[in-house]
Amino acid sequence: MMMCKEATRLMSLKQDRPLTFQERVSLRLHLSMCGACRECDRQFTLLHEAGRRFGPEHDSEQDDDGH
Amino acid sequence: MNENEDRLQRLTAVRPRLISFALMHLRDRSQAEDVVQEAMMSAIEKNESFARRSGYETWVFGILKYKILDAMRMQKRHGRWQPLEDEDDDDAIDRQFQQNGRWQQSTRPSSWGEPEAAFETEHFWQVFDACMIALPENAARVFSLRELMGLSTDDICKELDIKENNCWVILHRARLRLRACIEKGWLKEETI
Repeated sequence: MMMCKEATRLMSLKQDRPLTFQERVSLRLHLSMCGACRECDRQFTLLHEAGRRFGPEHDSEQDDDGH
Repeated sequence: MNENEDRLQRLTAVRPRLISFALMHLRDRSQAEDVVQEAMMSAIEKNESFARRSGYETWVFGILKYKILDAMRMQKRHGRWQPLEDEDDDDAIDRQFQQNGRWQQSTRPSSWGEPEAAFETEHFWQVFDACMIALPENAARVFSLRELMGLSTDDICKELDIKENNCWVILHRARLRLRACIEKGWLKEETI
């Protein structure tokens, strides 16, 4: 059974690359049982969003000729 | 002419945000001011080439990103960074969990409320700022490149010359640290 610490690893990873099927299933299972981790998951997502807001508001992928 | 005046004003208005953005990456006040200066000069010089595909501020941030990456490369080349593997902040992370991998009672995440509401308060950004500055250097660097600059971990690895796995470990720790720090400062309704 996956514990919270390991679950946070997957929550973090999720922000950086798509999880594998197995990773997704075990994370979802854990989240369904753990309220604290559900909050943590929301917080990581909020951090991700905050990072985008901190800069130029959203579109980070635009290309420009600034160099 | 009017339009140029307007852009100049907007450039001045966005300067503080450019500086804190650069500061998060470079962690050096005078270097941050230098790259922002360069980016602003460059924006003025290239005024004509602003294509309006994006907002003006976004465009300026785009220019700044290149300047920051250049400056980071320079820092790295001049050996001003600790080796990226050396920052062992496991302790700070471990303190959030019990031996068995469950949350410690004192660090169990609680709700931060609606993200939109949080983003609209000055207090949230003050806490965010303070917690970013409090991150260990390498964690801050990788986190900034990933979440502020929006680079993929693949690109970050190339930029910093580390393994992708290492990158994920650093990001995991950085997020755990940040969340703990922000929760402390954010839920306590007082300015840090």
